[in-house]
Amino acid sequence: MSSNGKPKFAMYWADSCGGCEIAVLNIHEKILDFDANFEVVFWPVAMDAKYKDVEAMEDKSILLTLFNGAIHSEEHEHIAKLLRQKSQIMVAFGSCACEGCIPALINLSSKEDFYNTVFETITTVNPDHIRPETVVSMEEGDIYIPEMYRVVRSLEQVVPVDYYMPGCPPESPQIAAVIDLVIQVLKGEAELPPAGSVIGAGNSTVCDDCPRERNVKKIKKFVRIQDIEEVDPNLCLLEQGIPCNGPATRNGCGALCPSAGAQCIGCYGPAEGAIDYGARLMTAFASVIDSNDPDEIERILDTLPDPAGQFYRFSMAGSLLRASKYAWEGK
Amino acid sequence: MSKEFEPVLIGFTCNWCSYRAADLAGTARVKYPPNIRLIRMMCSGRLDPTFVLKALAGGADGVLITGCHPGECHYLEQNYKALRRYLLLRRTIAQLGIEPERVKLVWASAAEGVHLAAEITKMVEEIRELGPLNWPKWNENNGYKSSLPVQVEEVSS
Repeated sequence: MSSNGKPKFAMYWADSCGGCEIAVLNIHEKILDFDANFEVVFWPVAMDAKYKDVEAMEDKSILLTLFNGAIHSEEHEHIAKLLRQKSQIMVAFGSCACEGCIPALINLSSKEDFYNTVFETITTVNPDHIRPETVVSMEEGDIYIPEMYRVVRSLEQVVPVDYYMPGCPPESPQIAAVIDLVIQVLKGEAELPPAGSVIGAGNSTVCDDCPRERNVKKIKKFVRIQDIEEVDPNLCLLEQGIPCNGPATRNGCGALCPSAGAQCIGCYGPAEGAIDYGARLMTAFASVIDSNDPDEIERILDTLPDPAGQFYRFSMAGSLLRASKYAWEGK
Repeated sequence: MSKEFEPVLIGFTCNWCSYRAADLAGTARVKYPPNIRLIRMMCSGRLDPTFVLKALAGGADGVLITGCHPGECHYLEQNYKALRRYLLLRRTIAQLGIEPERVKLVWASAAEGVHLAAEITKMVEEIRELGPLNWPKWNENNGYKSSLPVQVEEVSS
C-alpha cells in the first residue's frame, strides 16, 4: 500500500505500438473508478517516472502490472524482470506480450536483413552506412544503447506471467470489465480467476460469435478482399475465398471485423486448446479447398502468396517453432 | 564429424494401410533403417500440422506422413484432407527456413511393405544428406503456459 493507502498500479510498453495504452484510456468514465482505487506509480506513456524509482520500490509492492509489448531488447527484458520482481500480479496485456504480435514477424527474417531494410533501402539516406552500436564513445564518455535481440519473445518466455489478456489491442469493454473485477476483488466481493488464465476474452472462436452463415461450400481460389467487387454480406468469408483467420482465433472481440465485412486477422490469438495457431489455421484453410488433385491444389495455394504471414501474423513468437531459421542463425 | 550423422525421423502412419505395411515389412523381414519412429494414427486425416511442427521443434530431423492411396481411404476421403494440409504446411515451413523436403507424404497400402521400407530408406538417406535440423531448444523459462501439464483424455481400456 502506498502513502495514500491505495494499491499501486504500473503499466509498461516494451516492443509495441502504444495502441494498448489508448485502449486503456478508451474505457472513458471508468478511468475515474480506476483512479479512485489505484495509485499509478509507473506508466511511461502517461506520466514521468524513472526506472530508478521502480528499482527503489520494495519487492511485490505494486499490486497490478499491465505489461504490453514483446521482448526485443535488453531494456525490455530488464524492465520485464524488474516489474515481475516488484509486482504481485503481472498481466501479459495485449497480443505483443501474449504471443509476439506484429513485432514478432521480424522472427521470419534475420537481424541482418532487418537492418538492411531499415538502414540501406532507397527510402533511407545513409551514405556512411551507419548502423546502431551498443556503445558509442563520445568526448564526454560512453553512451550505452540496449542491444536488440535476434529473436522477439513473448513476455511469458522471459518471466512468469499470472494472467493473459489477448487482443490487438484488447477491446475497451473487456478492459473495463477486468478493472471492475480487480476493484471488486480489492473490496473482497469477488475472487481472482485461477493463475494462468486468459482474462477479458472468450473460450471459443471468432466463428462462434460471427453472424455470417457457414455452409460446406468449397473454393477454387483465394482472393484478397480488396480484389472482390462485391462481398456477400451474409456468407462466411472463408467460403468466399477470403483468407479469414476466424476459425483459429479466440473470441472476445465480438467478431467486429467479419461483422463489418472485413476478414478476421487473428489479433485475439490462438483459441482455447490450440497449441499452435498457424497449424490450426492450416487445417481450416485446407478444408475449404475444393480439389483432390495435387497439381490443382498447388495452383489454388499459389493464390495464397504468404502463408507464414497469414498464419502467424500475431502469433509467431508464441508458436511451436517461434522463429525462422534465418532469425536464430542470424543470416 | 567423426561419426556419421544419424537422422531422427518421426513417421505418422495410418492404422489401415501404412502401419500394417510396416508390420508386413517386419513379418517379411524386409530391412529398413532404425532411424524412424513410427506413430500410429487412425487415419492420415487425423494429422494435425501441430504434430509435425512439434516433432520438428522437439528435435526431429524429418517427418514422414503415410496414408492410403487416393480413393482408398478407410474413411472415404480423409487422405485428401491430409494431402491439402501437407501441401500447405510445406509452403509454410519453407518460409521459416526449413527445407520442405524434411516433411514428406507417401501413400502405402497394407500390402506394400517393401515399398514402405524402400521409401523410409530413401528418406533417411535424403535427410542424412540435408544434415541435422537441430531446431534450438528455446529458453522455456517458467511461464504458466509452458509449465501446464499436457491434458490427456482418459480412454477406457
